[in-house]
Amino acid sequence: MRLNLTVNGHPRTADDIWPGESLLYVLRERLGLPGSKNACEQGECGSCTVRLDGDLVCSCLVAAGQAEGAEVTTVEGLAPEGEDGAPRLSALQRAFLDAGAVQCGFCTPGLLMAADELLAREPRPADADIREALSGNLCRCTGYEKIIDAVRLASARTADGAAVGQGVTPDAPAPEGR
Amino acid sequence: MDFLRPADWREALAAKAAHPDAVPLAGGTDLMVELNFDLRRPARLLDLSRVGELADVDTAGEGDTVVLGARVPYRDIVERLRSPLPALALAAHTVGSPQIRARGSVGGNLGTASPAGDAHPALLAAGARVEAASVRGSRLIPIDDFFTGPKRNVLADDELIRAVHVDAARGPQQFAKVGTRNAMVIAVCAFSLALHPHTRTVRTGIGSAAPTPVRARAAEEFLDGVLDEGGHWDHGRPVPPSAAARFAQLAASACAPIDDVRGSADYRRHAVAVLARRTLHWTWSAYPAPQGAASCA
Repeated sequence: MRLNLTVNGHPRTADDIWPGESLLYVLRERLGLPGSKNACEQGECGSCTVRLDGDLVCSCLVAAGQAEGAEVTTVEGLAPEGEDGAPRLSALQRAFLDAGAVQCGFCTPGLLMAADELLAREPRPADADIREALSGNLCRCTGYEKIIDAVRLASARTADGAAVGQGVTPDAPAPEGR
Repeated sequence: MDFLRPADWREALAAKAAHPDAVPLAGGTDLMVELNFDLRRPARLLDLSRVGELADVDTAGEGDTVVLGARVPYRDIVERLRSPLPALALAAHTVGSPQIRARGSVGGNLGTASPAGDAHPALLAAGARVEAASVRGSRLIPIDDFFTGPKRNVLADDELIRAVHVDAARGPQQFAKVGTRNAMVIAVCAFSLALHPHTRTVRTGIGSAAPTPVRARAAEEFLDGVLDEGGHWDHGRPVPPSAAARFAQLAASACAPIDDVRGSADYRRHAVAVLARRTLHWTWSAYPAPQGAASCA
């Protein structure tokens, strides 16, 4: 079976797909996009989180055949291209680095996708919003506090339209509404 | 493996009639796990994600009934149907995680028919009807008659679930669930209670504490009697603590639980009694006694 879909804005095709294989498998093994991670394969860990036609989903639970014609965004699609065509870190990705929210890094792509969806929907989330938005993503290294710090930091840097990285430190006051 | 992708409801029913062995697939939150782990290799999958009719929510139908399309995701129930379907919205909010709620649906919950399905207690308490259809026609199945065993239901091989019909709440409803954290939890047990002031009755639903989701009928009848004899529907005062305790005990008696990795049978009985008492307190605290009645909060 041939699969046609749009990934990170680019039309992609994969051939000889077994329709019961997961979208995660297609992304990683057929399309060479290993950013989405394969861990639990049962929707428990969130490491494979992508956007599917805008929805935040576990790509391990989407059958390849269901993604026909779909628009998929993976963590590889979060970084905007700079003027030289090379990818730049998004404000959220920069905040993860600055806040020390990355240790082994395996859960990071899924957490970035979930946090990105939250900030798009709610630019100034309360802590409870952040915790709920990240509740489907497991991290076994950080204890989550630095990750929550990173989301607060990204929110503080971007919610008011402030430019990224302009003198804002990880210890900057958190946004109102905490 | 064949992958059938009907474009609309008529095509879906025709495909199911032609291939009764085809396994319906929508959000994939149950079925894809089985495929990923090689626990199941169906000859055919019937992907319903292009069937628009299944994504409809009709709140303007006959009476005050919400007709909830089978693959409306839990997320939409939480966001849009909290007012007409309070217990179901509470239950939907306890399902999995944002990622799971974006894909999982009540139709899938019913199709899987797990005793631990989060929607089931709320549907039992609300008195929902499941709309099943085939090329032969459609029928409305009372939720009380829908579950026949663990992961078994009354659907025929050529039938698909089109929608669930749930009356808009006319009184307070609650849902409570026991688990180890507030997300990504399969219920250890769950309980739902709905007050139906227009008929002066209550209905309940118990999850994950019997081979199928069940109502606590003896508990309902007991509470109906207490509320009626004590005039509670009129004056709005809470039932005496002894009656609440008896209600809880009867709810626990309706369980037929097993020991498993999530909890022991004894624990489940105990927890269902606690949830029954709590949901009674919560619903009754929200019950607006008819005007002019003396209120005692």
